[in-house]
Amino acid sequence: MSVNPFATVRETVDTSPPVSDEVKTTTCYMCACRCGIRVHLKDGDVRYIEGNPDHPVNRGVLCAKGSAGIMQHYSPARLTRPLMRTGPRGSGEFRPIGWDQALKMATGWLSDVRKTDPRRLAFFTGRDQSQALTGFWASQFGTPNHAAHGGFCSVNMAAAGLYTIGGSFWEFGEPDWENTRCFVMFGVAEDHDSNPIKAGLGTLKTRGARFISINPVKTGYSAIADEWIGIRPGTDGVLIGALIHELLRADRIDLAYLVSYTNAPWLVIQDPGAQDHGLFARDDEGRPLAWDSDARAPVPASGTGFRPALVGLHTLPDGREAAPVFHLMASRYLEESHGPDAAESVCGVPAARIRALAAELAHHAFEHPVTLDVPWTDWAGRRHETMTGRPVSMHAMRGISAHSNGFQTCRALHLLQMLLGTIDTPGGFRYKPPFPKPAPPPLKPAGKTGEVEAGQPMPGPPLGFPVGPEDLLVNDDGSPRRIDRAYSWEAPMSAHGLMHLVIGNAARGDPYPIDTLFMYMANMSWNSSMNVPGTIEQLTAWDDEAGQYRIPRIIYSDAYFSEMVPYADLILPDTTYLERWDCISLLDRPICDADGVADSIRQPVVSPRRDVRPFQDVLIELGARLGLPAFVDEKGRPRYPGGYADYLVNHERAPGIGPLAGFRGPDGTEEGKGAVNPDQLERYIENGCFWRHELAPEERYFKHANRAYLEKAVSLGLIGAPEPITLQIYVEALQRFRLAADGHGPVQPPDIHRDRVRTYFDPLPFWYTPFEEDALDTAAFPMHAITQRPMAMYHSWGSQNAWLRQIHGHNRLYMNRSRAGELGIADDDWVRVTSHHGSIKVQVRLMEGVNPDTVWTWNAIGKRKGAWNLSPRAPEATRGFLLNHVISDLLPERETGYRYANADPVTGQAAWFDLRVRIERVSEDRPGETTEPQFHRLDPIWTVPRGDAVLRTVVQGGQER
Amino acid sequence: MTALPDSPSGRKLGLVIDLDICVGCHACAVNCKEWNFAGHSGPLTDWNSFSGTETRDGEDAGAWGVWFNRVHTFEVGDGPDSRTVHFPRSCLHCEDAACVTVCPTGASYKREEDGIVLVNADNCIGCKLCSWACPYGAREYDHTDGVMKKCTLCIDRIYNENLEEVDRVPACVSTCPAGARHFGDLGDPDSAVSVLVSERAGYDLMPELGYRPTNKYLPPRPRRDCADSEEVPVSLADLAERDDQAIGSGLLRWVDAVLSR
Amino acid sequence: MHPALSVIIFTTASGAGYGLLALSGLFAAVDWLPRDGSAGGWAIGGALVLVTGGLLASTAHLGRPERAWRALSQWRTSWLSREGLLALATYGPALVFLAGWLRPEAVSWGPWGLLAAAAALLTVYATGKIYATLKPIPAWNNGLVVPGYLVLGGLGGMQILSLIMAATDQYHERFGWIVLLFATCAALVKHGYWRDIARAPSETGSATATGLGTGGERVRLLDAPHTTDNFVMREMGYRIARRHATRLRQICTSTLFAVPAMLALVSTLTDNWFGLVVATALGTASVAIGTLIERWLFFAEARHVVTAYYGTETV
Ligand SMILES: Nc1nc2c(c(=O)[nH]1)N[C@H]1C(S)=C(S)[C@@H](COP(=O)(O)OP(=O)(O)OC[C@H]3O[C@@H](n4cnc5c(=O)[nH]c(N)nc54)[C@H](O)[C@@H]3O)O[C@H]1N2
Ligand SMILES: Nc1nc2c(c(=O)[nH]1)N[C@H]1C(S)=C(S)[C@@H](COP(=O)(O)OP(=O)(O)OC[C@H]3O[C@@H](n4cnc5c(=O)[nH]c(N)nc54)[C@H](O)[C@@H]3O)O[C@H]1N2
Ligand code: SF4
Ligand code: SF4
Ligand code: SF4
Ligand code: SF4
Ligand code: SF4
Ligand SMILES: [Mo]
Repeated sequence: MSVNPFATVRETVDTSPPVSDEVKTTTCYMCACRCGIRVHLKDGDVRYIEGNPDHPVNRGVLCAKGSAGIMQHYSPARLTRPLMRTGPRGSGEFRPIGWDQALKMATGWLSDVRKTDPRRLAFFTGRDQSQALTGFWASQFGTPNHAAHGGFCSVNMAAAGLYTIGGSFWEFGEPDWENTRCFVMFGVAEDHDSNPIKAGLGTLKTRGARFISINPVKTGYSAIADEWIGIRPGTDGVLIGALIHELLRADRIDLAYLVSYTNAPWLVIQDPGAQDHGLFARDDEGRPLAWDSDARAPVPASGTGFRPALVGLHTLPDGREAAPVFHLMASRYLEESHGPDAAESVCGVPAARIRALAAELAHHAFEHPVTLDVPWTDWAGRRHETMTGRPVSMHAMRGISAHSNGFQTCRALHLLQMLLGTIDTPGGFRYKPPFPKPAPPPLKPAGKTGEVEAGQPMPGPPLGFPVGPEDLLVNDDGSPRRIDRAYSWEAPMSAHGLMHLVIGNAARGDPYPIDTLFMYMANMSWNSSMNVPGTIEQLTAWDDEAGQYRIPRIIYSDAYFSEMVPYADLILPDTTYLERWDCISLLDRPICDADGVADSIRQPVVSPRRDVRPFQDVLIELGARLGLPAFVDEKGRPRYPGGYADYLVNHERAPGIGPLAGFRGPDGTEEGKGAVNPDQLERYIENGCFWRHELAPEERYFKHANRAYLEKAVSLGLIGAPEPITLQIYVEALQRFRLAADGHGPVQPPDIHRDRVRTYFDPLPFWYTPFEEDALDTAAFPMHAITQRPMAMYHSWGSQNAWLRQIHGHNRLYMNRSRAGELGIADDDWVRVTSHHGSIKVQVRLMEGVNPDTVWTWNAIGKRKGAWNLSPRAPEATRGFLLNHVISDLLPERETGYRYANADPVTGQAAWFDLRVRIERVSEDRPGETTEPQFHRLDPIWTVPRGDAVLRTVVQGGQER
Repeated sequence: MTALPDSPSGRKLGLVIDLDICVGCHACAVNCKEWNFAGHSGPLTDWNSFSGTETRDGEDAGAWGVWFNRVHTFEVGDGPDSRTVHFPRSCLHCEDAACVTVCPTGASYKREEDGIVLVNADNCIGCKLCSWACPYGAREYDHTDGVMKKCTLCIDRIYNENLEEVDRVPACVSTCPAGARHFGDLGDPDSAVSVLVSERAGYDLMPELGYRPTNKYLPPRPRRDCADSEEVPVSLADLAERDDQAIGSGLLRWVDAVLSR
Repeated sequence: MHPALSVIIFTTASGAGYGLLALSGLFAAVDWLPRDGSAGGWAIGGALVLVTGGLLASTAHLGRPERAWRALSQWRTSWLSREGLLALATYGPALVFLAGWLRPEAVSWGPWGLLAAAAALLTVYATGKIYATLKPIPAWNNGLVVPGYLVLGGLGGMQILSLIMAATDQYHERFGWIVLLFATCAALVKHGYWRDIARAPSETGSATATGLGTGGERVRLLDAPHTTDNFVMREMGYRIARRHATRLRQICTSTLFAVPAMLALVSTLTDNWFGLVVATALGTASVAIGTLIERWLFFAEARHVVTAYYGTETV
């Protein structure tokens, strides 16, 4: 180096430094999108994570969270050892114990339960991706009290879709990004399809296609929409209804599509009061009938070659009258009450704009059909020379599903898609295999009387799709059999269970007390619960008589020091996602796309330097210790001594069907089904940790009716038989519940629930005022309050991440600038937000692009003092907040005196976005002012060392203590 | 060389950022951080990373650190017709880069061969003058190292022979999920990026200051309401009324609309 | 701009030091600096102490002070480099000047006094230029910035010189008139400057910074990239409330103009040695305080265009 002070020193840049010693592929788990990643390792540590360009989900891109994976992996909030609670719950006083002791404790508690009443175990898993294992385990244990987080997430969307079109949005389907001309997105901030949506929007906009976003808030995706419709929350059903009205009035609907693929022509018995009123007319073999307008007689609707009537009242040979589904649907939506003018007053979207939108949808769909030169054969064996579709696509998520009218709104949206003929056609919405499945999938929840026996597995899985009252899990008096009241009269079609109700129900002992609450990966004392203060009380509620907590035992597996950890009695610390095997299985929530069937794995790319174990390994070992039949061999020895990796390869759910569908058979050449391949995991690793079977061009559209696809799906084990899947405009199952409410059949709702079932179980989609709004004086609570997912933060996980917490270190309440002006609120002011349930104090940020009646904030940014191993003075705790504190888990009392869950009446989905509030200014921005409420701080767990303040290398703390 | 190159090669490597499709996801910013943390100008130090060590105005503001790329969000206009625009911002590798000419040590320099503006960390004295001279906020001081750092245009990626050819693009470009970022030679009028810039009217930031940035921004495309398109009818009502007369109103119109199944 | 204490102390001290040096050189040349007695020695020596102290203070601003010597290399383009070179270069003539002054029999200071004066003036000029050439800071990119540095350097230097003269009992009333002249110039330059920066905001703002809002729409920041302030905002996002600025400007006006002018008048009129010393000392203190405040304001009131990315609509 020159020491001449006047010389200019030139830098020699090493433009080709070695990047890493080794690159390993695996699957990201910074969120549930499951992108493929390449992890660069240097000196045994993680140097860089990038997207895997070969991976079907993300094709090389990575989001902000995925790119911050390093910081999550080396997070100082990582738990380091199993812990046993020593102080009172919530105190954070723990004693580190060894794994053997931890497993012994758990086995002791659980085997007691299993020997007496397996239902006294409630096993709920949050954001995990191993439900194929956990559900199986629960069923083997013998408890029906199992579900994952779907009930508080998007079960409205999933259930509405599965009962209606045998698929849904999000992981079930995607827009035809390449061919669509007009894409309409309802209420999506991030979705589980995080990267694919971003990539899709990029493609679509670059192609010049139109993108319309319907969302009360104009941020994120809505920001790049050609048109933003700032709807009032909870009213999409009205808007969709008006679009349907317009299309029907102008006869701009795809009748051919309706006739070919939906139950539009199916006959519905019209005999009010009768026990078969509203059910499909069926022949002796139970096949639904349609009216052949040539023969003027009913024929099996599934037949071909006849010309079904779409309207008219037809008399069946036995004298009963029946009308086609289309007739019923069209008469409802043609009513003026469904017109744009009526809609405007409810949803706030000007009638002219609704009309224009309807006209535009019709224009793209019917004036610009997309034709692909791909011949295909339909289910009936008829060959079509081309694939023609209507290039209007839709996508929707929690914006419409997280309301108490969400199930019916999602159904309405599917109806709109069907009328336009855009389901699985070129340019429209496309199923991702294994969907479509029969609507609904032929799977019933186990757990009825007689199916739950001490020491015995259940005969089936805990979750399924009831199609009538007989499938409910209720006692003879109509009371719920599950702790979460799933599949009871309060939420008959709760296809994903109701995790959000477990803690409250268990603490109240209603419907019954439990012994052990076993949870995995869900921050239930914080951001995933409504009424957080109440939940914290319930977790610590003490039963004086019994001299123990009302929920006597809580076992919890987390990888980090979340808000939930201090409330558990036994902590089973998990690894990070880079340290374990995982499986994203076709039996659960796979990574398929519309053009391919795929699944994937995670492999441990680094080994933990803490005393932690992958939860799946632990679960399998517990299964063996408990002697659950599927987890031990004939001699009672562990069946999967190699843990989850062993299970992934060797477990068979049905002959030839295992967790992984790729590289099966002894030589790894079989796909979908096939004998166990001992080298299966190596083959996955060689292939980038995923397997994908690309569909042939002729299999890619009309999957619900495409013979080649249906046969392929059967051969891969995705569906049972190559039968066409008829899309259900009219859902008969709903009517069955309604008939029970009307007094028909052996299983009837208790009287207090009758009206509710009668009202909301309409077999045709309809809109009603969300419950909270309906129950409240809206003048006292004039505003809607909702949350959005920030793209650079995953729920509560991200706040321990030194990089992500810089982007979202605290949150504000966003508010419309003119509305704020009317209320005398200026930017940065502090306001009090009051709901019927409680109140919070927060700071506002004013903006233009938000519906004036709506305030919103980013979800799950606020943290409890001390949690996540952050300083109690961290802005997440002092300036961040949760809306959850003011969201009630229960609705205001009804006339009957009963307080229903704040949820959809059909599925039980938590109605997060129904919240109504009032906003009042409290003070100007004062430095140091903090949000309210503040909870007592969580003390640090001494086995979890604090992270370095100054980060110069990513490798952080977490050494054993 | 603190003076700008006398005989620039004509190559002007830089980024083109498409504001029409940027969804504001911060992926580019975080991936940049991740790559560069251990890259040519690394580490990109963070302070108060898990809070507790720093108070400003009596409060703990949280973690903060060195980033080469940051994503802002703006609102343009008022009311419901306003636009929300996400706006990623990093060094623009200006042609008239005052950050270079003000530097007293020569640590800040612009490469002759490709126009990339870099800081030689071994020579920087941390006087911060270059950060005052940069209008774009692209210079990031690392107070632990006492030197200035900044976007390197991923110089240790774009020429890196240890990476596959396709990966030799800046980290922010390869990671952008929406495809809103493009990298190339803006000195070559025929390059893909130059074509994009001319087709989409790519523009300079703060042109009035005369720094002549290399990076260009593609403007959001004009809003298109469905009513704007002449092709699309404003409403189906006319159609419906006409049809009402022709085929009768209500359900009756579908009496004969029977299609073979 | 964040007012960095080290830089404020540096420019204040070295400004006055160079002013003192320049005036000493000039006065020596025209024989206004009494050759007998110690005043000249005190003045030149004091100037060098101030200059050196200032320069040392300035290194506190550096992240890597041990490498400060590298700052000499880029004199072709960088005013900071030039300032550094000139500062160093000033020592040569100044030391000869001092030596000649103290030991005229050994060293002849002949042209060195004037040379030192020229170098000192150029150094202050270069300091001013560092700021005045920064286009991203419209308040600094102003024709009155360099004169401001020169005038305040002169005022400070003149005040100190007066004090030294008074203390060594060699005061001449012309010193008072010169202080008055500098103070008046300072007042004119500063008021001109304040009027300038209050006038038309620069065309730069969030609209040009983002290139959005070309149709005249407002461009407002909805969300900054991070919820914590970063280096750029900590360094360049400093904002001072208008009422504070007004107060401080008033204090500047009195300390840099009214007080020194009045005291200068007193000094020229008084015969009392003690009174003279007190008056010039007070004048010096007033100017020192005034300059420190002026420098602080110079930073605090200057808005960097980068703030247009962080919420300022017009800079
Ligand atoms: N106000 C409001 N509240 C909401 C929502 C909303 O929109 N608004 N959305 C709801 C929805 S849809 C959801 S899904 C929930 C999500 O809420 P949660 O299910 O609570 O999700 P997370 O906050 O991600 O926390 C899950 C837990 O998993 C832990 N964890 C992370 N990685 C691992 C790991 O590898 N192993 C183990 N064992 N644990 C790990 C984390 O530390 C954390 O404690 O929030 C709900 N809450
Ligand atoms: N980055 C990131 N990605 C995630 C997650 C995360 O935490 N972070 N969480 C994952 C999880 S668990 C889930 S469930 C998904 C959820 O994915 P999304 O459903 O996309 O997530 P939300 O943020 O709940 O989105 C709700 C959107 O609906 C809008 N909205 C609210 N009410 C209404 C309404 O009545 N009508 C309409 N039209 N819109 C409305 C809100 O403004 C918001 O934009 O995201 C997943 N992906
Ligand atoms: S979307 Fe992001 S966080 Fe989610 S899996 Fe993909 S890269 Fe990881
Ligand atoms: S990664 Fe792409 S879409 Fe995301 S903020 Fe950066 S430029 Fe925008
Ligand atoms: S953006 Fe700033 S740092 Fe980058 S070259 Fe231009 S002036 Fe220099
Ligand atoms: S901080 Fe470093 S790079 Fe910037 S001007 Fe000073 S010496 Fe040059
Ligand atoms: S080019 Fe490289 S250094 Fe520059 S912003 Fe992009 S990723 Fe960061
Ligand atoms: Mo969710």
